[in-house]
Amino acid sequence: MLAYLLRRLWQTIPTLLGVVLLVFFLFRKFGVDPAQTLASLNATPREIAEIRQQLGLNEPWWAQLGLFIKGIVTFDWGRSWATNETIAHLMATRLPATLTVTIPILILDTLIAIPIALGVAYVRGSLTDRAIMVGTTVALSISFLVYVIVGQYVFGFQLGWFPVQGWSDSTWTNLLVYAPLPVLLAVMVGLSPQTRLYRSFFLDELGHDYVRTARAKGLTEPAVLVRHVLRNALIPILTNVGLALPGILIGSFLIEVYFSIPGIGREVLLAVNRSDYPVIQAVTIYVAMLTMLANLAVDLSYRAVDPRVVLR
Amino acid sequence: MADPPDFASTSLISTLPEPATVRRADGVWRSAWRRFRRDGVGMVSLAVVLAYAVLIACTGSGLLARGWQDEVGQPDAPPSFAGAAAREATGAASAAAAAASARANVDISDIDPLAPRYKEWDARAAQYHAQTRPVAATLPFGADRLGRDVLSKALKGTQISVSVGVLAAIVATLIGASLGAVAGFFGGRVGDLVEWVYNVLTAVPEILLFFAFAAVFGRGISTLVLIMGLTGWTGQYRQVRAEFIKHSRREYVRAAEAIGAGAGARMFRHILPNVSHVILVRMSLMVVGFIKAEVILSYLGLGVATHQVSWGTMLAESQSELILGHWWQLAAATIAMAVFVTAFSLMADAWRDALDPKLRGQR
Repeated sequence: MLAYLLRRLWQTIPTLLGVVLLVFFLFRKFGVDPAQTLASLNATPREIAEIRQQLGLNEPWWAQLGLFIKGIVTFDWGRSWATNETIAHLMATRLPATLTVTIPILILDTLIAIPIALGVAYVRGSLTDRAIMVGTTVALSISFLVYVIVGQYVFGFQLGWFPVQGWSDSTWTNLLVYAPLPVLLAVMVGLSPQTRLYRSFFLDELGHDYVRTARAKGLTEPAVLVRHVLRNALIPILTNVGLALPGILIGSFLIEVYFSIPGIGREVLLAVNRSDYPVIQAVTIYVAMLTMLANLAVDLSYRAVDPRVVLR
Repeated sequence: MADPPDFASTSLISTLPEPATVRRADGVWRSAWRRFRRDGVGMVSLAVVLAYAVLIACTGSGLLARGWQDEVGQPDAPPSFAGAAAREATGAASAAAAAASARANVDISDIDPLAPRYKEWDARAAQYHAQTRPVAATLPFGADRLGRDVLSKALKGTQISVSVGVLAAIVATLIGASLGAVAGFFGGRVGDLVEWVYNVLTAVPEILLFFAFAAVFGRGISTLVLIMGLTGWTGQYRQVRAEFIKHSRREYVRAAEAIGAGAGARMFRHILPNVSHVILVRMSLMVVGFIKAEVILSYLGLGVATHQVSWGTMLAESQSELILGHWWQLAAATIAMAVFVTAFSLMADAWRDALDPKLRGQR
């Protein structure tokens, strides 16, 4: 187990190095000159030269790459060019807002989609099944943006069930007052693809012999579905949830921008619009790290879900 | 060495009666088309997609919606079918406002120092010829904030959005399929290198990768296509690589190698036609994904620029219109997009069923 863990962690190094190289050369090669961005519009050439000196831009590229990697390893991401806020502080203050929205979305999406998908898979081919499949196809063809625009208008503006938008300093107020509308809309959008996906997982399992065996030995249908089919389908479901895990850390850009939620996603978009490279670079690398850790965690959890899995 | 016997010329074989029914096996595409034709949903969706293609061709060549930027209606003119009611409401409001202003309008010409000169100015103004273009009070699908025809905008937007999706899918397919073919066919060092690039790109969520590229490359339609292609090829790569690994060990490829076919010929003349349906189906799924991505990115300000029109920019504009009760632009863009995306996804599903090699040979 420990050997497995160590080897997996060792294997992530080349990939992580690749992400670092990609980010470094992408911004260095194609991005604008940082000194030009940082200096004011009427800066003298001498001021620009000083900034270049300060940022180490006069060093050869490998020395700059060394500095860049050193910053990553020591978790010293530097400061935002636009606000001069340290990036560590920026992430720490923006992450709670993102998580307040994304964690309920992930939990609700999964918990609602599983029973629907199981039910639909159970009555496959029936009118209900086909109606739900057609409904999800149509629901999938409408843009997320339309759900958000119409949802905010109907639930927030016309019916007045939720505040149209807003955010406060209290986590509980946010969770109970401001987050429900964005969460509701995101769950509505996420439900269709999740239901379709999980239905296909359940259909795969329902075709297996062990289902027939379980029925033959006289188990009730709920027992067959929950104790046998659901448990076997947990592996692909878990993989899917695991793949979605890193996403909760950057949040939904659209939701955060639309509802003015001060989260990481909105911050990254602001950084893109302001050419605030350090923020984009830091978030990209940090999310890549977490993605790889999430993948590892998913692989480890297979063992908990399915004793047949041997980690090698 | 003796010549091989010439079987065809031997009398025994030539005198054998021809079998009554010689059924040549259909080609892959022909039999797929036969299966596809039996799929009612598939045929309807194909017809819808073809209708869209005709509209896009007409719009692209300038036959339709050439003047989408002309301000032909009143600002926010309602659609004709809802026209009467909507006009009435605003008409009543403006009548009330006129009455109110009439009451407030007191004759102040005694104390107005400019009063003696009004006549002179009117006469001077009359010398200039002002041309007012008549603007329609209602349009078939209404007008936007500037009085542009929503129907024309929807047509032009369809052209841009679908082209962006299709072009990006082509770019992504070219990258993904060629890298997948190389990695799957050669394996070894080359395969490891490509696999490393794949791992690096998939380690970062696609949207974040897109933002990083957009931050350095800027905006615009061609940049959008390029970036979506550069960041979105990984799914295609994965699938093509798996197919090439599978096929490169099959007997027909070994046979081709035995008669001296080079690596290029084996990859492109022998394997590629056998996996092309996989590529095509994956590509059509990508088109749908990219069209949806364009909408979100245009809203976030990273996609199609505001002086152009796409479903994304139309929806972005409709956010502020809806608060005022002007729902027609939202409806037009949503319907145009929903119909196309539904038809295209159903068509892709039908093609996948028709081309599925596991079903090939049945019936």
